[in-house]
Formats: sequence, structure tokens, C-alpha cells
Amino acid sequence: MRRTMLFLPGNTPNMLINGDTLGADTVIFDLEDAVSPDEKDAARILVRNTLKYQAFPNCEIVVRINPTDTEFWKEDLKAVIPLKPDVIMPTKVSGGDMIRQVSAYMAEVEKDSGMEEGTVKILPLIETALGVEKAFDIASSDSRVIGLFLGGEDFTADMHCKRTKEGQEIFYARTRLVCAARACGIEAYDTPFTDVEDMEGLERDTEFAKSLGFAGKAVISPRHVDIVNAVFSPTESEIEYAHDVMDAIEEGKRQGKGVISLRGKMIDAPIVKRAQQVLEMEKAIYGGACR
Amino acid sequence: MKIIKNAVAGTLESSDLFIQVEPDDEELHLEIDSVVANQYMDAIRAAVMKTLEEFHVTTGKIFIKDKGALDCVICARMETALKRGGVEES
Repeated sequence: MRRTMLFLPGNTPNMLINGDTLGADTVIFDLEDAVSPDEKDAARILVRNTLKYQAFPNCEIVVRINPTDTEFWKEDLKAVIPLKPDVIMPTKVSGGDMIRQVSAYMAEVEKDSGMEEGTVKILPLIETALGVEKAFDIASSDSRVIGLFLGGEDFTADMHCKRTKEGQEIFYARTRLVCAARACGIEAYDTPFTDVEDMEGLERDTEFAKSLGFAGKAVISPRHVDIVNAVFSPTESEIEYAHDVMDAIEEGKRQGKGVISLRGKMIDAPIVKRAQQVLEMEKAIYGGACR
Repeated sequence: MKIIKNAVAGTLESSDLFIQVEPDDEELHLEIDSVVANQYMDAIRAAVMKTLEEFHVTTGKIFIKDKGALDCVICARMETALKRGGVEES
């Protein structure tokens, strides 16, 4: 479950060490845009030490590495992979070849560190026009890939258009990413809402992303975590309905019924699948069934 | 190993520290100024010395202004300062 993915600048100790107290399901230690070129060495060592000495029991850890056309990405991987972060986020991914290149080097580092190959997963950050057009190629490029992540700011820069709160300019990219990810049986995660003060705009944007099929959303401020978590959590009535669906299925099985209905509507496979997803989220959020 | 050039690392923000290193062929000179000196000076000194030992550095001038950094941050900033000062990983 990755309802919220909170970016934390990789060279800021105060934020890194408190990462798992901010309520996000995932924190992203950022070695790329949040770190100036002359501080890349310092951030890499700091993130490595933070992973080595700090425990993060309450959230998943992602490390965003520098792009493969820079001198930094291999050093980034060499420093952090032995500390077993959950996921690596390669940036400016524009095709499956790039993912295979990163994955192959991760395998080398894993082998040198005595780790099982494939331990650390990959969440590609897609933020170019070419990347969006090759979304399916990227999603299906390697078994480490667990999802696709949209970066709206760089994408709109690449498209030579203005990034707006309404988000019309990223509508195509959003739907294309969700479709490609779902076609490969993985999740898609939405770009952050960048106005830190506009909570109503954040809620609208998050609800829209959820309606398109995104499983979660990146945030750049801890203040955004609660709203995004709430939007991506199942409501009380959704949880109640999911329990009713599963109860009806059990009851139908006991009575040997082939066709099962609930509240006057037939329960078919997609409804059961959706109910199971809701109950999985209920367990992940509340630690068990709420009723 | 020796520090061969002046270098700095870190910041003066809360939970961080600022380190300056300079070459000195004769002795080790360590100056630490910390907002938590009364409670944690021994621990800060120990973290600094641990990193110096890891890099086999026995001489040099080191000036530290600490703003309440944890051990892992102190070690990270020390490592960065030493590497920037020309000390290679052994």
C-alpha cells in the first residue's frame, strides 16, 4: 500500500531521520533534484548512513537516484543497495533499456554484497514525452518493476507547456501511465500537487487521480500527507460493503448457489476482486478487520 | 592517511553539523562546539574519532560546530569532509 509517497531531500538530516514519523506510507530519500551537484557526495553518504543506523519500521523506503546520463547513478546504487532499501527510483526513464541497465548494475551490487538478486525493487519515474509514450515498454521491462510513477513538472517542461492546478496538460500522461501499469499488473502513482498551501486544490487533484485509477500520490510536504492518505483510504461504507460481499459469497457457497446477489445486484468477479482489495487495505491501515 | 587540503562539509541547520578540516603533519587538533555539549560531548567526540580511525587519519586540524546531530550524521559529515580533504577510503 502506497497511498502517500513523501519526498525528503537527501542532504537534510532533520527530515531524513524523522522520515517515518510523518504519516506517509512511503518516504523517498531524494538524491536527485533536491540535492545540488556539489553536494551529491554528501547526500549519498548521509542517506547511506541513515539507512545503516536508523530504523524505519512504519514506512517503506525508496531512494531516488540520479539519471543514467550523469556520473552519479552508479555511485548512488553502490552506496545504498547494500543497506537494502525497499525500492530504487530511477529518474527520467525513457525506455525499457534504461531499466534493464539499472537492474543489471543493481544485480552486480547485490551479488557483491551477498544479497539475493532482485531483492531491491524498481519504481521508474516517468517524466518525459518519450517515457510516457514508452510506458508499457518500461512497465514490462524487468521483474523488479513494481509500478510506474509520473513526474508532472519535468513532463510539462518537456512538452513545452505550462503546469496548471487543473492538470489538463497531464491528463493524457496520467491515463496512459495507469493503463500501461494495469496492463502489466502493477500500480501507477501520481505526480505531487505542488502548491503547499492549497489544501482544497490538493484534495480535488487527489480525488481526480484516484478516479483515474492511480493507487497513490507523491507529496512534497508532510502537511499534504493526511489529505492524500484519506482520499486513497476506503470509506467506512466501502469497508462495510466489502465485508457484506465476502459474507454473501461464503453464504452462497454454503448453500451451493451458482449465482449470488446482494442488495438486489448480482455479485460478479470484478465486485469480489474490488471487495478483496478494500479488505486488504483495511487490514493494512487498521491492522485487521474493523467489524 | 593525511588530510591534504582544506575542506568543509555539513550545514548549521538543526540536527546537522558543520565541519572544517585542514592539513597538519604534526598533530591532531580537534575543536568541537556543540549546542548539546553538556549532555553529549563524549559521544560526539567518540563518533568523530571512530571515523578518523576508519580512515586511518592521525593528524590534521578539525573544527566542528554541532547543532544536535545524531551519530550517523556526525559520521557521514566527517566522512564527507575527509574525502573532500583528499583522504582516500582504505
